[in-house]
Amino acid sequence: MISKRIIPCLDVKDGRVVKGINFEGLGDVNDPVKLASYYSSAGADELVFYDITASAEGRKLFTDILTKTAETVFIPLTVGGGINSIADFDRVLKCGADKVSVNSGAIRNPSLIEQAAKRYGDQCVVISADVKRVNGQYTVFAKGGRENTDMEAVEWIRRCVGNGAGEVVLNSIDTDGVKNGFDLPMLDAVQQAVDVPVIASGGAGCIADFVTLFQKLPRIDAGLAASIFHFGEVRIHDLKLALRDAGINVRL
Amino acid sequence: MNNRTAIIDYGVGNLFSIKSSLRAIGAQAIVTADPDLIADSERMILPGVGAFADAAQKLRDAGLDKVICREASDGKPLLGICLGMQLLLEKSYEYGKHPGLGLIHGAVKPIRGVIPPELKIPHIGWNELHFPVDKPRSRIFRSIQENDFVYFVHSYYAADCENAVIATTEYGAQLTAAVQNRNVYGVQFHPEKSGEIGLSILREFVSLTKEDAI
Repeated sequence: MISKRIIPCLDVKDGRVVKGINFEGLGDVNDPVKLASYYSSAGADELVFYDITASAEGRKLFTDILTKTAETVFIPLTVGGGINSIADFDRVLKCGADKVSVNSGAIRNPSLIEQAAKRYGDQCVVISADVKRVNGQYTVFAKGGRENTDMEAVEWIRRCVGNGAGEVVLNSIDTDGVKNGFDLPMLDAVQQAVDVPVIASGGAGCIADFVTLFQKLPRIDAGLAASIFHFGEVRIHDLKLALRDAGINVRL
Repeated sequence: MNNRTAIIDYGVGNLFSIKSSLRAIGAQAIVTADPDLIADSERMILPGVGAFADAAQKLRDAGLDKVICREASDGKPLLGICLGMQLLLEKSYEYGKHPGLGLIHGAVKPIRGVIPPELKIPHIGWNELHFPVDKPRSRIFRSIQENDFVYFVHSYYAADCENAVIATTEYGAQLTAAVQNRNVYGVQFHPEKSGEIGLSILREFVSLTKEDAI
């Protein structure tokens, strides 16, 4: 039986892993290559590398890190951040990425997903959406959660999947960094609207939050988190044991 | 002849991870489209992602279909991965009907036809391997266990190939996870993305030589 995936996310800036609380107040955590290798042996099912660098030097550093990681870590790697063109897809796929996640780039250029899916296949294209409630409506934010696009989120995600995105990462800005559990109502609205895998992101604070996620929303495919893994608050092996004890199929 | 594995490069998919995984297990590998280098290698890996018809055409355009079939019929170990496995079969029904290499009896068919409608397509993620009880364990799976997890990404599967099936996985139906016909092996999953389990399967494959073909 297919298993639920546990995915640590590494935000990388200037060659280091960082994690913001509500996207602000970045603090240095660890060397990304070492951390990736550690997570792979600890039982992570997949890794997400998110490039939050703005400079060209930082971008070069990022692709070097990605290459080194892909040479030593043999689980699926998804790369996001700064993906605005087919050339960006090409750049990270050549360095060993398996999937590429687009966010602001797809908002700026709505044909990017379609072009990429035609060229690399649907399985390669992930739509990552930062979503926040504005006047009771799920609204898409761009630029790392700083810019309100005024677009309704469920419709936006449905459109991206229609254009060829093979997977959805839904990050709730409302619950991100709060550590009080995933945003179940928002996740439910999105997973009902699409028939591709949905990865929950934002809000996990403890093991029980993952158990609740998969019990309440059994069609969600994966749970993603960053700081709780980086700071050792949740160990992946313990998390998977708890999921298995709750009757949820995981790779152990 | 040397102890090298040729990773066949026909312009389909990303070969970075396959090459890296072979390096990680200490195997010599070369990424090539050169028939002489393929002929001079001890074994072959046929990778591939994307659409069947396009990939089969690229193989033929490069003249590599003949090279692969000739070397395989000579007993050289061959491992097809993902779409590379599907290409080993006689035909595919992905967007029409297209001929494959015919090294394994059977046809590639959509998963959608055999699984319940509520299951998502593609079948993507880590799933368990099951080995047929009525057959001896294939050499490439010698060091792994029933229910070990490997990483799948596919929308089509190898059908009508019961005699060649050496492993299955369960996704609303028993789907072919791996096939073998003598020295010709195919895996639907990605061993280069399946952690230690995947590496141990590759380790077994790169220990095979022509002399192992029976």
